[in-house]
Amino acid sequence: MFNFSMELNGQTIAFFALAVCVITGAVLMLNFTKVVHMVVSLAFSFVGLAGIYVLLEAEFVAFVQVLVYAGAISILMIFGIMMTRHDKQDEVIMKPWKEALAAIGCLALFGVLFFAIRGTQFPTPADKPLSEDNTLALGKLLFTEHVIPFELLSVLLTVAFIGAIVLAKNDDPTSINPSSALTDQSSVSASEPLSSGLQQLQEPPKGGNPT
Amino acid sequence: MSTMLASFLTLAAILFCIGLYGVLTKRSAVIVLLSIELMLNAVNLNLVAFSKYGVVPSLKGQVFSLFNIAIAAAEAAVGVAILIALYRNRGTANVDEYDDLRR
Repeated sequence: MFNFSMELNGQTIAFFALAVCVITGAVLMLNFTKVVHMVVSLAFSFVGLAGIYVLLEAEFVAFVQVLVYAGAISILMIFGIMMTRHDKQDEVIMKPWKEALAAIGCLALFGVLFFAIRGTQFPTPADKPLSEDNTLALGKLLFTEHVIPFELLSVLLTVAFIGAIVLAKNDDPTSINPSSALTDQSSVSASEPLSSGLQQLQEPPKGGNPT
Repeated sequence: MSTMLASFLTLAAILFCIGLYGVLTKRSAVIVLLSIELMLNAVNLNLVAFSKYGVVPSLKGQVFSLFNIAIAAAEAAVGVAILIALYRNRGTANVDEYDDLRR
């Protein structure tokens, strides 16, 4: 049923090295306790995935992966971490049976997927290279056959980013939300010494000048 | 040839399961978002693998994965914006404390 036999050539060696990198990054993400370390290990995993895309003759997708995932999304997430307050250790207060249930569910899903993949007899593809110049062919395909989804996608990105700005913008700082007592107190206590200090600066001391 | 395809699909399955476990168990909302990105990456890997080793190899799979990456970027931006708005209102970034609908 299973066929693990695999000829040992350069492609398989590169695949296994990159796969070890990717899985190491992902597993380290699960095991680290500090949030920034998790993001950096996932960025490592994304770079490894870019290597796997190069292996699959998808050079343009690999560079987009490095630009968007390892660059933009990791930095965006690090900004998200910096703008919110996190505990020193991301300690797990979940019930252990709940975590065990999640682990069992994930392992069961992986088992099903693994047996399905190993049990399937994939047809051998036509053994020809994808294209002479991959990126050129991809660009032609994007701007001829898939031009309507491409333009729709640009509209979607614009809408999403404007929406993100509107969501994250603090448009009414005077409104006090009753459920945000913690943040309001901290902002008040942060602004209080500043304003009183400003008052002291503007008003001359009451004692009068000796001269 | 087809064993290579099976290896790529297995790697994608491992990544998907690790991402799913991270979504289900992590407390920090940022890490939950990143785990979703990992799951999307597993799907991209499947698309690119089938674009090379499928029955009819073509570049369509790579086009789809490019669209997927763009959607993932939009999702991450909106997710972080929602997270910051929630943090401003609730003062916490832990997903287990965002339980307004359950109370």
